[in-house]
Amino acid sequence: TREKLVLSDLLQSVKASSSLATIKKQLTRVKSKKTVQLPLNKEEVAQIHREVAFNKTSKALSKWDPIVLKNRTAKQLVFPLEKEQATFAPLEHVLGGWKARTPLEQEILNVLHKNKQPVTDPLLTPAEKASLKAMSLEEAKMRRAELQRARALQSYYEAKARREKKIKSKKYHKVIRKGKAKKALTNFENLRQANPSAALEELEKVERARMMERMSLKHQNSGKWAKSKAIMAKYDPEARQAMQEQLAKNKELTQKLQVSLESEEEEGRMEEEELLVPDAVNAIQMKANGPNPWMLQSVTLAASEADEQQDPEQLPSEPTAGEDSESDGEGSAGATEETELRELEERRSLRKRSELGHAAGARNHPEAQDTSSQEVLLEVRRLAQKLPKEARSSQPPKGSSTGAAPPAPEKEQAAEEEPLLLQRPERARTLEELDELSGEGCCPNLELPRPVSQGLHAGKSPKNQPAAPKKKGKAQMIDLHNLLTTRSPSGKSLAVPTTMEEEEDEGEREQKQTIKEAFAGDDVMADFLREKREAEEANKPKDVDLTLPGWGEWGGVGLQPSAKKRRRFFIKAPEGPPRRDQKLPNVILSEKRNIHVAAHQVHVLPYPFSHHHQFEQTIQTPIGSTWNTQRAFQKLTTPKVVTKPGHIIKPIKAEDVGYRSASRSDLSVVQRNPKQLSKRHRKQLKKNSPEALEQ
Amino acid sequence: METAPEPGGDVPPKKSKLRVQRKQPTLSSCPQAQDPFPGPAPVPAEAAGKFRRINKSKQLPHAKAQTRSRPHAKAQTRSRLEVAEAEEEETSLRAARSALLLAEEPGFLEGEDGEDTAKVRQADIVEAVDIASAAKHFDLNLRQFGPYRLSYSRTGRHLAFGGRRGHVAALDWVTKKLMCEINVMEAVRDIRFLHSEALLAVAQNRWLHIYDNQGIELHCIRRCDRVTRLEFLPFHFLLATASETGFLTYLDVSVGKIVTALNARAGRLDVMTQNPYNAVIHLGHSNGTVSLWSPALKEPLAKILCHRGGVRAVAVDSSGTYMATSGLDHQLKVFDLRGTFQPLSAQTLPQGAGHLAFSQRGLLAAGMSDVVNIWAGQGKGSLPSLQQPYLTHRLSGQVHGLQFCPFEDVLGVGHSGGITSMLVPGAAEPNFDGLESNPYRSRKQRQEWEVKALLEKVPAELICLDPRALAEVDVATLEQQKKERIERLGYDPEAKAPFQPKPKQKGRSSTASLLKRRKKVLDEEHRDKVRQSLQQQQKQKKAKPEGARPSALDRFVR
Repeated sequence: TREKLVLSDLLQSVKASSSLATIKKQLTRVKSKKTVQLPLNKEEVAQIHREVAFNKTSKALSKWDPIVLKNRTAKQLVFPLEKEQATFAPLEHVLGGWKARTPLEQEILNVLHKNKQPVTDPLLTPAEKASLKAMSLEEAKMRRAELQRARALQSYYEAKARREKKIKSKKYHKVIRKGKAKKALTNFENLRQANPSAALEELEKVERARMMERMSLKHQNSGKWAKSKAIMAKYDPEARQAMQEQLAKNKELTQKLQVSLESEEEEGRMEEEELLVPDAVNAIQMKANGPNPWMLQSVTLAASEADEQQDPEQLPSEPTAGEDSESDGEGSAGATEETELRELEERRSLRKRSELGHAAGARNHPEAQDTSSQEVLLEVRRLAQKLPKEARSSQPPKGSSTGAAPPAPEKEQAAEEEPLLLQRPERARTLEELDELSGEGCCPNLELPRPVSQGLHAGKSPKNQPAAPKKKGKAQMIDLHNLLTTRSPSGKSLAVPTTMEEEEDEGEREQKQTIKEAFAGDDVMADFLREKREAEEANKPKDVDLTLPGWGEWGGVGLQPSAKKRRRFFIKAPEGPPRRDQKLPNVILSEKRNIHVAAHQVHVLPYPFSHHHQFEQTIQTPIGSTWNTQRAFQKLTTPKVVTKPGHIIKPIKAEDVGYRSASRSDLSVVQRNPKQLSKRHRKQLKKNSPEALEQ
Repeated sequence: METAPEPGGDVPPKKSKLRVQRKQPTLSSCPQAQDPFPGPAPVPAEAAGKFRRINKSKQLPHAKAQTRSRPHAKAQTRSRLEVAEAEEEETSLRAARSALLLAEEPGFLEGEDGEDTAKVRQADIVEAVDIASAAKHFDLNLRQFGPYRLSYSRTGRHLAFGGRRGHVAALDWVTKKLMCEINVMEAVRDIRFLHSEALLAVAQNRWLHIYDNQGIELHCIRRCDRVTRLEFLPFHFLLATASETGFLTYLDVSVGKIVTALNARAGRLDVMTQNPYNAVIHLGHSNGTVSLWSPALKEPLAKILCHRGGVRAVAVDSSGTYMATSGLDHQLKVFDLRGTFQPLSAQTLPQGAGHLAFSQRGLLAAGMSDVVNIWAGQGKGSLPSLQQPYLTHRLSGQVHGLQFCPFEDVLGVGHSGGITSMLVPGAAEPNFDGLESNPYRSRKQRQEWEVKALLEKVPAELICLDPRALAEVDVATLEQQKKERIERLGYDPEAKAPFQPKPKQKGRSSTASLLKRRKKVLDEEHRDKVRQSLQQQQKQKKAKPEGARPSALDRFVR
């Protein structure tokens, strides 16, 4: 309705004049100046302050979270936190108050005094002390000189490296690289002759580099640089080339150096005298860490075992080769000889090459230490692979993976030797479970019941029984009849009871027993089954029938409520869990809960645990001295918090836990001045007061 | 992935990491001697495994996602579990290492190739062993007072026996020093040492009497009448008595109160034994069952049908793994007590065994009329093989009581001709715990031990089939409380929080997309649920027999 009047509009009609221009300028200046914002009302400001304060405080406090967590999970906390530095009192001070009392001591002291031996400080004589001091100065000087030299050398080296790095010529770098590779080769050759074990280590390094490459994604064109290059590659041939180079490098690095290994095998097969190092040394070096003498024996044992395992593998391979040759030249024996000779020659040449390959496979010598070492390595690898390729093509690698027999029987044994203590609480319910158990070896003799029930001897040959019914699916219930009518052989006893011998003759006794067995047991079993059924019935949850006869329909004598109604008001009890003795026909297990034991059991899950099995695992190890050795008992019962008597326990400080000193401002964040609010908070302020902006 | 350069490799040392060899002042005169066997001695895993008690067969659930109220629960749970495992590992290793201190080895008897050890007579054994051991074989000729029952004290040092015609005596059988000898002028049914050799319970014709080692009658317990068998549970200080009237009574001897009297409802009870592993009492009945009892329950914990005829004798081995029973059907069976209660081996004896006893190392002795047969297994705690007896011995009278002496390779047999102590090599545990049951303890030591044992007395109601039940959580109460809490609060505080999509930037956090994301997750969860329920239904279908297929006419069936 009301139009706003703009000052400049008014001025436009006025003729432009110099005097008015200044006024115009002044006007624009006035206009550009903003009006002062209305202050927020008090509550809003206070709320914002609170929010900011909360955020800051929680941020400051969250710094302590890891420490709190650590302290909560710590086995033991010792207060006060700051530890006093253990002071080492010199021996002289400790022994200061000591005086010789007995005549023997006095005599000894006299002797010592006479010989100018130290009396108070038993370690050093004054002369020794002096010499020690002199030595220390000398040493310090030497060390300083050494340090200086090292520093100078380093700076030279760095300068040189920087210079070389700046050179842009690709050819130059290529030449350098090749030169290095060559040098590495020769170096390795030398090393091999001088110190074979070191050479082997070098080889291992190569292998490790390969592993690292395989693990990392360094050269798989997945990095940032590679991705940018991939975009460029379409237009830029150089970028394309760079990418391909990378891929090639990756390929080469990840390729396995099979040659060297093969050749080693070959060597081992051919002649033992040429072996570089004994196998045992090899085996130990496989473990990169220092060999543990405890393990040493086992390692060597294992190595020898491995040798033994290899031997049978290798042995058949040679005969087969022989057979092959035989089959080839069955007609002429001379031909076989020839083939053998040829093979021998081939092997010899191969060995030579492989030696070369060995050399080539080595990583560059330790002096070639710069960033391009990997490239050198690549070069070396390339050389190494070129050499034996022919060899490989001529003689394909023999199946080294004929496959040693899997150590299954050992595994079974281990399973059988499971801890006894753990077997106890297992309650195997079904026969399937039983089977599993016996498979696991938990109850080593559990297959026995079946054989026994068939009246056979199980101990000797359980596999010989042909009639063992192994229907897994059904008939899992053990037949109660079979269980009890065991016709096991009568005991072979040397000493038969005398009464027996006198009393009855064999036939009569047997007849008596068969009659007894035939008749006595029947009603015993029936009784037991009835009892079991009753127990089952008693334990079942009862159904509830809520039908009221005559309600909503005719009632009276002889009238039943309708089926529909009965169905409607019949509440079927939910089926309870299966009985524990469901699959055990000869057992009635009480399903009653032992409330007396339950009163002693834990019925609340303590804090960090979310399932009772987790908590149970932590309380299953007994801590009493009855079950543990003295040391273990002490360790298990160490107090959670230890305080030193007579010390003030101060609150924890940032310095105590390795933080830089936290200034007090960390916590005193309540700021009075709104000008100091951060950018974000100001935004918030603005949002909260839009009307202030409009004006 | 960045990998650290290996030390001593070809990587040039960085500027800041220039290594300077610092010379350490070493004494040149004393070169550092290297320990050829550093670290603790290795322990075979099998030996340490015996002491491991954490049951790892139970499947642990995946830790729940962290909620606002429990921000570190997952990490803390993991650390607690790790700590528990590490503790178990360490304690088991220490325990296995300390087995080195068990210096004594069990005895053994081995026949030369093809020779049957059962043919070896006691006289041969006595001839072969040293004098001290030979002195452990003796016969007490007591024909006058009828068949004897006997009992060794827990330390194996003292022997008490009672004849049916009232003769009661206790002696230190190693030194043959008589402690007391009386005639109670009444039939003696059974006799048993209480926790120490100072107290003696005798089941007489009418009532149960308790004597001290001087033969002075301390108590006459009239509430236990017509007792036929006695068993003492040493860790609970309970004397269990089985009576002719069919009651199993538990008497707490530390306070002199009857804990419970249970009616077995199976007639006269005269076969009883205890399971030393879990202190459960096994009773044999005339209907061929063996029932397992605890004072906490009024009904048997388990009832096992063992024989077609009545059960004549029951014995349980010291590890609580095997139970041997013999019945009127002349059978001797060994049952597995680890949950399955199935017979592991069975044997028909010419005349069924009337008495059975297990030794500490798992040898099984059976008394059949006047013959004692002993069977052995392979090593400690293994199932005794019933094919071939290990030893046999003929006595001068009918066997009436059998017990292996603890910590001595001796089997005590009470029979109608007196008492026989026979040598059974390899029967007993060679190493005793000096703090628990020390055969050489003095009077003072015994008194000290008595006080400690009383302080560590286990409450009677804790007897149950699985003695490690205390290390378990009472799941029933836990669930109940959880349910009540949910009812009280109106929601489940531990329920998984509904999915909240994270806000995204660059305009992808519109309300619609948020909703879409939430719906996606919800749908996925729903699909999972449906899949699971379908699987369950299929399983149930499979379980149903095929004959019960519904027909179209079923709808007319009322």
